[in-house]
Amino acid sequence: MDEKRKLRCTVCFLLLAALLAVLLVVNVMAGSARLELGEVVRILLNREGDNAAIIWGIRLPRLLTAALLGGALSVSGFLLQTFFANPIAGPFVLGISSSAKLVVALTMIFSLAHGLAVSSLTMVLAAFLGAMLSMGAILLVSARLRSMSLLIVCGVMIGYICSAITDIVVTFASDSNIVNLHNWSLGSFSGREWGDVRIEAVVVLAALVLAFLLSKPMGAYQLGESYARNMGVNVTRFRVELILLSSVLSACVTAFAGPISFVGIAVPHLMKTLFRTARPILMIPACFLGGAVFCLLCDLIARTLFAPTELSISSVTAVFGVPVVIWMLLKRQRSKEGEA
Amino acid sequence: MREPILRTAALSVGYSGHVVIDGVELALVPGRITTLIGPNGAGKSTILKTLIRQLRPVSGKVLLDEKDVAVLGERELAKSVAAVLTARPRPELMTCADVVSTGRYPYTGRLGILSQRDRQVVREAMELVHVTELESLDFNRISDGQRQRVLLARAICQEPRVLVMDEPTSFLDIRHKLDFLCLLRQLAREKALAVVLSLHELDLAQRFSDMVLCVRAGRMDRIGTPEEIFQGDYITRLYGVEHGCYDALLGGVESERVTGRPEIFVVGGGGSGIPLYRRLQRLGIPFAAGVLPENDADVPIARALAGELITSPPFEPVGAEGVTRALELSARCRGVICTVERFGAVNQANRALVEAAEARGALLSPDAPELASET
Repeated sequence: MDEKRKLRCTVCFLLLAALLAVLLVVNVMAGSARLELGEVVRILLNREGDNAAIIWGIRLPRLLTAALLGGALSVSGFLLQTFFANPIAGPFVLGISSSAKLVVALTMIFSLAHGLAVSSLTMVLAAFLGAMLSMGAILLVSARLRSMSLLIVCGVMIGYICSAITDIVVTFASDSNIVNLHNWSLGSFSGREWGDVRIEAVVVLAALVLAFLLSKPMGAYQLGESYARNMGVNVTRFRVELILLSSVLSACVTAFAGPISFVGIAVPHLMKTLFRTARPILMIPACFLGGAVFCLLCDLIARTLFAPTELSISSVTAVFGVPVVIWMLLKRQRSKEGEA
Repeated sequence: MREPILRTAALSVGYSGHVVIDGVELALVPGRITTLIGPNGAGKSTILKTLIRQLRPVSGKVLLDEKDVAVLGERELAKSVAAVLTARPRPELMTCADVVSTGRYPYTGRLGILSQRDRQVVREAMELVHVTELESLDFNRISDGQRQRVLLARAICQEPRVLVMDEPTSFLDIRHKLDFLCLLRQLAREKALAVVLSLHELDLAQRFSDMVLCVRAGRMDRIGTPEEIFQGDYITRLYGVEHGCYDALLGGVESERVTGRPEIFVVGGGGSGIPLYRRLQRLGIPFAAGVLPENDADVPIARALAGELITSPPFEPVGAEGVTRALELSARCRGVICTVERFGAVNQANRALVEAAEARGALLSPDAPELASET
């Protein structure tokens, strides 16, 4: 049994790695300027050639952003699902993405109005502040409400309020900034520079390592809070760590790519189904890889399907993510009925 | 008596500063099973939660090896005290072996990877509680009885010296209740575990506990051996039973007596009358019973259910006074039912009673239609 499980996990990881590699290459090649594989390799190695600017200046930062942020979103979703013991918890559903978006939008408008440049670090901090605000609201509510479905409803409501305020703010923002802000508020991996990628990588990878180190208490927590406590988990500290990490991850995504829906719910579910386990020590790396693959694929579709018109990334992730979520809910309902 | 591993000192338990039970006295000794009984909401769970540090004491202390548990590290406490709780975990995609191995938590390293020894402990724990064959089944798809055993195996994996369980046998059928408690007995003995649990099944508490703690209305009402606790009408009072009663000696309940002038007179004995007493009670027919020697198996049930009961001193022929009363009483009933087949040497009075009834045509068979039509 154990051997079979190990084999399955190894195969799944190899599969994900292969998919990631293929998608990375395809993402470099595809686009309005279609490049041959040979040329891509040459440009990557020598950093020169006719299309070097396209690859090094546009496509590489974009695909790295998609991979890093996609992974971050899924891991953030997985952490929140563990925390709330609810499979449809995720940064978007709980309103964390939307409130991060609101604070970032306010920061951008305020800074631009005062003629200040907004650094990517400021954006991350603003997004983190927003994420923590809605997280705090959700936690306050969850202390009073034991019902998980009501909690999700609260999260969705917070999300709507924040989106509405963001829309109002964007409507009244001075014209020159609107286009920029509008694209971002719909969600997109485009327009990232190497400086952004560096910050993304540092924040996301650091949070990922920390989350991985939390996989042991997370596993215990899956049996419920009281059992975790009995096993020796310092539950209070663990919960704070989990909240901070998931907020940092979703804040980083929102700061650089705007709110992206359903990745945080769909990918962890796909990974659990694929690996047939929910063990955090496997799921955290699996969700990261899976999220990267998922977002690279969605971004590829977003920019090539109706090229040169580009779709917002959220439209694509929703189209692929929602059916997965519905399938998951149906499956859970069935398994519940099966037990009764 | 051995030294207690875990004991309380001037402990008051409750929620957020509000005292639920004052003066909790508890000393858990290796190899002994201590049981908490008491009505719903009396605070049994509150006490147990305080023992495992899921609730802070309102005042006083819980001492593990004479050290206040409040100052122990998580890991240290988890290695000594394991629990089976009322919370029903529903982990996603976890096999029973996965659930059991979470008990190794305090022993594994930073990432929780199981060592060779950890695996062996898990295997042994599963063998001990006979769940090895469930190993690769999904934890959410096993029965309640199996689930409790898997959770017990999980607790054993913590290699504790104290095992705390909150109503571990609720939801189990009678076979699994007995299996579970026999297992617990065996564990307590073999592993020198100090066990404390709460039970609603009084008959089981009486038979499996070394010490019984009775919790009622904000205090520890009584502490004692089962022999001390289960006697007289103490249990009926502890639970404030109003309708029916609990027989502490036999460990069974009887429902409420039907009041009114007795309609049927039952001549029983040796346990033969018990089914009829219960049937008459169900049918709502008031009845009298007699003449029963005081040590007869019928007596506790007849005493609980009959409107009137005539008894006589054991191992002696029924005295004249008893016979007269029984004859008078049975004559006032519309029927007499006899459930004994043979009257022994000291039981000739009852033969006379039955013959008198037969003579006046009032002797009914136990399945007489008159009984049923009365409803």
